[in-house]
Amino acid sequence: MANPGEAGPTIRTERVEGGVVVRPSGDVDLNVSPSLRQALKQVLQGRPERLVVDLSGVPYMDSSGVATLVEAMQIARKSGTRMALCSLQERVRSIFEIARLETVFAIYATPEEALRA
Amino acid sequence: MTERPEIRIEMRSNPLYLSGAREMVAAVARRLLFTDEACGQIALAVDEALCNVIRHGYGREADHPIWISLIPVGGVAKPGASENPTQALKIVIEDEARQVDPATIRSRKLEDVRPGGLGVHIIRAVMDEVTYERREGRGMRLIMIKKRVEPEEGHSGEPR
Repeated sequence: MANPGEAGPTIRTERVEGGVVVRPSGDVDLNVSPSLRQALKQVLQGRPERLVVDLSGVPYMDSSGVATLVEAMQIARKSGTRMALCSLQERVRSIFEIARLETVFAIYATPEEALRA
Repeated sequence: MTERPEIRIEMRSNPLYLSGAREMVAAVARRLLFTDEACGQIALAVDEALCNVIRHGYGREADHPIWISLIPVGGVAKPGASENPTQALKIVIEDEARQVDPATIRSRKLEDVRPGGLGVHIIRAVMDEVTYERREGRGMRLIMIKKRVEPEEGHSGEPR
């Protein structure tokens, strides 16, 4: 039987030309954000040119997920990586708007657009 | 808390149960004919409130109690009734964590872009009334109220 603490969301990392795409899937809340934080930190240690977080598979995110992305963005800026988000679902976009962070992040419609920008 | 809640559940302060708690509250709000947007906002507020208790109240220790109570303000429709008397949903979150002065529970300035500290801002942004108070004895109580607005034309008001 799977450990219930490990069930549910997954985080996939894909190296592409020009950067890395991280794809979490499932709800990103306080139970999941530590795993996302770890994945993003690991990617950023490699100082990729671009980091794209594809949120197309994330139907829900709370402030712990937002905080994780803010922290990653700050690390990325310091290390010279261009970080962007893409494919936000409506509920996830609304939390960025409530937190007034939609202008702080570079947000694109697709991973391809984010990688080209 | 003087009113008798229609639903009262006890959970442990384990983030594993956040999804179950917010989905339960959202499902009840749907049955009370809150709009989909309002149900999402209620779920988010409950999630943020529970996160704050787990992180700040209990210091991320996973084995402490949290109580969630739901009180439909105005009552609930009887089976088969055409009128829905529910005017609002009152949600009460209680814990046994350390007590703090409610006046010190504030959202941070949003201009200061940094990780964390957004929970209280989000709760206040999506709920109509938010009150923090000390419980009698020990712990804190958060009372949140979301008013119900009739769905706009075209929105499915059928309970799911």
